This record gives sequence, structure tokens and C-alpha cells, in this order.
Amino acid sequence: MSKCLQHTPLHAMHLEAGARMAPFAGYNMPIQYPLGIKHEHLHCRNQAGLFDISHMGQLRLRANNMATAALALEALMPMDILTLQPGRQRYGLLTNANGGILDDLMITHADDHYFMVVNGACKLNDIAHLQASLPQSITLETLHNQALLALQGPAAVNVLEQLTPVVREMKFMQGKALSMLGTHCFISRAGYTGEDGFEISLPADKAPELVKHLLEFDAVQWIGLGARDCLRLEAGLCLYGHDLDSNTTPVAAGLSWAIQPNRRLGGDRSGGFLGSDNILTELKSGSSHCRIGLLPQGRAPIRQGSELCANNGAIIGRVTSGSFGPTLNAPIAMGYVMSQHTMVGNQVYAIVRGQQRPCKITPMPFVPHRYHRS
Amino acid sequence: MSIPSELKYSASHEWVLDKGDGTVIIGITEFAQQQLGDVVFVELPQVDAKLCNGDEFGVIESVKAAADLFVPIAGVVIDVNTQLEDEPELVNTDPYGKGWICKLRLNDIDDLQQLLDADAYTSLCET
Repeated sequence: MSKCLQHTPLHAMHLEAGARMAPFAGYNMPIQYPLGIKHEHLHCRNQAGLFDISHMGQLRLRANNMATAALALEALMPMDILTLQPGRQRYGLLTNANGGILDDLMITHADDHYFMVVNGACKLNDIAHLQASLPQSITLETLHNQALLALQGPAAVNVLEQLTPVVREMKFMQGKALSMLGTHCFISRAGYTGEDGFEISLPADKAPELVKHLLEFDAVQWIGLGARDCLRLEAGLCLYGHDLDSNTTPVAAGLSWAIQPNRRLGGDRSGGFLGSDNILTELKSGSSHCRIGLLPQGRAPIRQGSELCANNGAIIGRVTSGSFGPTLNAPIAMGYVMSQHTMVGNQVYAIVRGQQRPCKITPMPFVPHRYHRS
Repeated sequence: MSIPSELKYSASHEWVLDKGDGTVIIGITEFAQQQLGDVVFVELPQVDAKLCNGDEFGVIESVKAAADLFVPIAGVVIDVNTQLEDEPELVNTDPYGKGWICKLRLNDIDDLQQLLDADAYTSLCET
């Protein structure tokens, strides 16, 4: 690869912490620290894990008024943006004309603009797509000089409230601009691990100082992208480029819940988004394939790309994410199978190195979410 | 990093202990286990399997990925470490001891001469 890898503002701190670095989404990112993936994973489930996710895209969308911006976004996303209240966050999808998913993202109503966090590997395409598709009246700002940290786990709130007490009052999927250590931050109570926790957007040059403060807490430990992957898999959350792509529709991906009723058939702003014909039809009559959770029998993990077959040997789908779940101490996977095979409890077979390995179709998440909803 | 001088090594990071009676014990090195990270599953060879030098004789799965095991010397499998079925992490915690993978009866003990000694393997890891 000839392309130069970018560094996050915390690169030097990762090296100092003994991280093993590898390319991800064009950045040289920490995959694991000396603690190792398994123990990092368990630490996040039991205490608080600190993630550098500054490779992700952070965008601001503005217009003369919020309704103009909301309706412009609704032409590109099957979500209800218009009634999203100030300080509230929502999971969203950018779709293409066929109803395939271009990216999944988080969007927050930040009073005078929408704040969006998109996948690192998709951000350049997303920005091009938004610039080409949004009307002139909408201003899109890319926050190049902003770091993004995630603090996840049951101790996250206890740690963060010592730096800014107001975070204890926040609920899951709320976002707030506030000052922490004298720095202007945007904090949301959400994440990608299934745990309670926060994502903190702040100026790149202030990030190392905040990290230093956070790492002073015994409960806080750096967590790399390796553990981030098995944490999100245990939580049943999709990884774009693996479980979601431009040929996968929201209905097939099991993300129908993210499409609010007022954008569906019969809703007051039904359709009118890219791919709405296909998506609205699928919402009514289902998709040909569906995303499912898989519990392989035995201890051998099954990996992305393995084909899935039925009892009679017919190929019925494939694995899109597969790993070992340290919390469950067992292998877990997700994938897509033809809709007639999605029944929970069904046995299917993953083909691993020429052998058929039995797997049970299982509901997700594999590990219950522990979001702070009330 | 530990590279015991009494062992022989392969460029694919397996170690070989010569028992002196025409049999050997094979495992993976400290360097290999560090590179792999947390081992969660080891697919062991079949007892009585006849292996040629360079054959794939098993698979080690870490949380992140699968790595093939290559046998660095020809022989017949006479025993496998079934303890790894329940405690695959022994490959990480004790790679030269309880984390051994299999025992072979060699086709030709002179093949041992083809393997690297500890000094040669050390240089290989450093490059």
C-alpha cells in the first residue's frame, strides 16, 4: 500500500502505552495494548475502557433553520430527523437508490446544527455523497481537527462525572455541548460496546490532556480496535463493510427498528428518501435474506466469509462477522441466510476449512445491553 | 523473549524438542504466541497422521484470526496435547511446556539437522 497512513492526535500516547498498531480506515490505529484483546474486552465489560476513535468522521450540518436541514437529510436517510429533539441522538443510515446502505451513523440535534459521526472507512464517500446531494442552502462542515474518544463500561459514568458532573444526568442517546477541563466538548451517552458509556468529541490538541486525566483513574484502561470488534459483536452491532454494505438493505440487516413510523407507508412523511421504493416494499413483505446471530458448537470460531449451509448441504448464506466472545467464553458470529432459514434455534452449518461446523441461530445481542435508558 | 537453547526451531516459528529416541515434541514459540495474541482454540492433528515437512498439521485461532501450523519435520503423529481442547490459553502462558501441541515419531532423525538452532532462530526473530 503506497498511501500514507494518517495518525490520530493520540498516536504518540498509543506508542507510549505499548500498543500494537495496524492500518485501519487509512489510519495507523491501536489494535491491542499489552493487556491483550481478551483482557481488554473483559476490562471494558467490568470497568471502563478508553477508545481512540478519532479516525471516524465528524460532520456538522447547518441551514438557516433546523427544519430545512432535517428535511434535506430525510431525502438521504429513511429516518425521522425533523422531530428529533434538541439534545437527542439517533442511529441513522445513508441509503442509495436501490435501498442499499452507504453507511450507518449517529446523528444528534445539537441546537443550531446536526452533529453526525460516520464510519472512518466511509467518511470520504459520505462527504462526497452529502455534498453532491444536499441543496446549496445546507452547509456541511467536516471537523478535521476534532478528536473522538469513547469511554465505555459500567464505571464510565463514575469516572467522567468527576470531570464534569452533569454527565450523570444524561440518558442513553442524549448529546450535550459542555466544558470539561476548560475545553469545549460535545459528549453523547452512547457507544459501540453494548455498555453504558460516552463518546467525547473535543479539539485534537486538547485530547492528550483529557486522556492523561482519564488514564489516572484505576478503572480506566486503553482498549484497542481488536477488543472493540468483539465487544460490538457480542452486543449484536453491525460493522460497516462486513455486516452492512451498499448491497444490503436496512430490512435485510434487521435494522427496520431504525426506520421511524412517519417515514413508512402511511406515515406523514412516508418515503421520499433514496431507495424508498425498495425499502418500503421490504418493510411490508420482507427481504430475501436476513441477518442472524450464530452460536457455533464447540470452541472453534467461525470467521467472516465462511459459507453457511442447511442440513441437506445447500448453501443458504454466509458469515459476515465471526470471532470469539470473551464475555461468553465461546465463539460467536453473525451472518446472512435466506429468509426461510432464520428461525431461532435452527441448526445450520458453517464451512470451515472444508468441514461443516454446526451452529445454532440465536437471538442477538449475545450479551445483554446495559444502556442507561432511564 | 525466551528462546531456549536446548530446542530446535523452524522459520515458521515452531519449536522441536529432540527426545533422543527418534521422537520429538512440537509447539509454537514465544514469539509466535505473542504475535497471535490470546489463543482461544487449537485444532490438533489426528494421532497416526503421516506428515511431510511443511504439511499443515493444525490451526491456532486467536480472538482476532486463524493461523495455520506447519510441521517443520517429517514423521507420524504419536500423541497430541488434548489439554489444549479445554485450555487453549496454555499456548500463551506456557508455550514451551504445557502448551506443546503434538509428538511425532520421525521418519529420519537426520532431518533434525535441517532445523535452526536457538542462535539462528534468535537472529530470524530480530530481522
